[in-house]
Amino acid sequence: MRVSGEIVYAVSIPPNRESDPRPMSSPNPAADTFTVAGRAYRSRLLLGTGKYKDLDETRRAVEASGAQIVTVAVRRTNIGQTPNEPSILEVLPPERYTILPNTAGCYDAKTAVRTCRLARELLDGHKLVKLEVLGDEKTLFPDVVATLEAAEELIADGFDVMVYTNDDPIMAKRLEEIGCVAVMPLAAPIGSGLGIRNRLNILTIVENAKVPILVDAGVGTASDAAVAMELGCDGVLMNTAIAAARDPVLMASAMRKAIEAGREAFLAGRMPAKRFASASSPLEGMFF
Amino acid sequence: MKISVNGRSTEVPDGIVMSALLASLELTGQRLAVEVNEELVARSRFEEHRLASGDRVEIIHAVGGG
Repeated sequence: MRVSGEIVYAVSIPPNRESDPRPMSSPNPAADTFTVAGRAYRSRLLLGTGKYKDLDETRRAVEASGAQIVTVAVRRTNIGQTPNEPSILEVLPPERYTILPNTAGCYDAKTAVRTCRLARELLDGHKLVKLEVLGDEKTLFPDVVATLEAAEELIADGFDVMVYTNDDPIMAKRLEEIGCVAVMPLAAPIGSGLGIRNRLNILTIVENAKVPILVDAGVGTASDAAVAMELGCDGVLMNTAIAAARDPVLMASAMRKAIEAGREAFLAGRMPAKRFASASSPLEGMFF
Repeated sequence: MKISVNGRSTEVPDGIVMSALLASLELTGQRLAVEVNEELVARSRFEEHRLASGDRVEIIHAVGGG
């Protein structure tokens, strides 16, 4: 039988990112923030608000997650139906949360730009948006060419663009260079819950970046979120992993802890992984 | 005249202004945004924006989404 001499690294490649703080001797969680579009956030968990049972469950999940940034979609008003139905912005007031309107469902640059302009009007000139331009319905992978085109137009029009993209270091860098305020590579297809499919690409994207990198889409459970943070990501945006859990509010709490644990592990700097054992008790002073 | 509102053909008085259309749909005062023929109409212009026959009006709001 052939035995490989290589260590199989799981998450053990130490990140090497100059812009990130190095290990702190006494971590002060209150001071550990990330900044996007000039505003600092304590919570590194960003929440999508789709697929919940009702608005009350949405509210309870957001509260349990500790999220400060929540995404919303922009859709047609239901005319003549349930006129007194509460709206998502009543449940998640813009005075309390940073509302991040998305362009979900857009398959071309023009529609995505229209959606962002409507969202800016809807939110009284709020110019932070989450851009996603999708390529096909089966994978919901981004159309990166159309994404780049839409991002350029939005930035020229004064928007702060947080952009959903593939786990491709070259495209991530291009999107940063044209002025996106955050780059958000997918971990796996939207809503798949497959976890981080290409850790090394996410790591490379993080190492190259001067803007916040957030994993957006594809995490399935708490350990996936912790891995993203251990790789040095600034945050994670998720929706289905919480909304489709058996108990979404409990999963929101689990995700909050996973994000915090992963972040602290990243700051602490993990030990190098080794193939063979290393005794934890002293080898000196043995009397037997 | 006939216009389209959120994809549905709708009969409205000739030359109706946007604010009157929204009032007739019981949407006055709600947090929404409007475009006509794929161009945004700012809220500040609802009183003056006069609709024409065949206009395609989209009235949108925020919903839960990821």
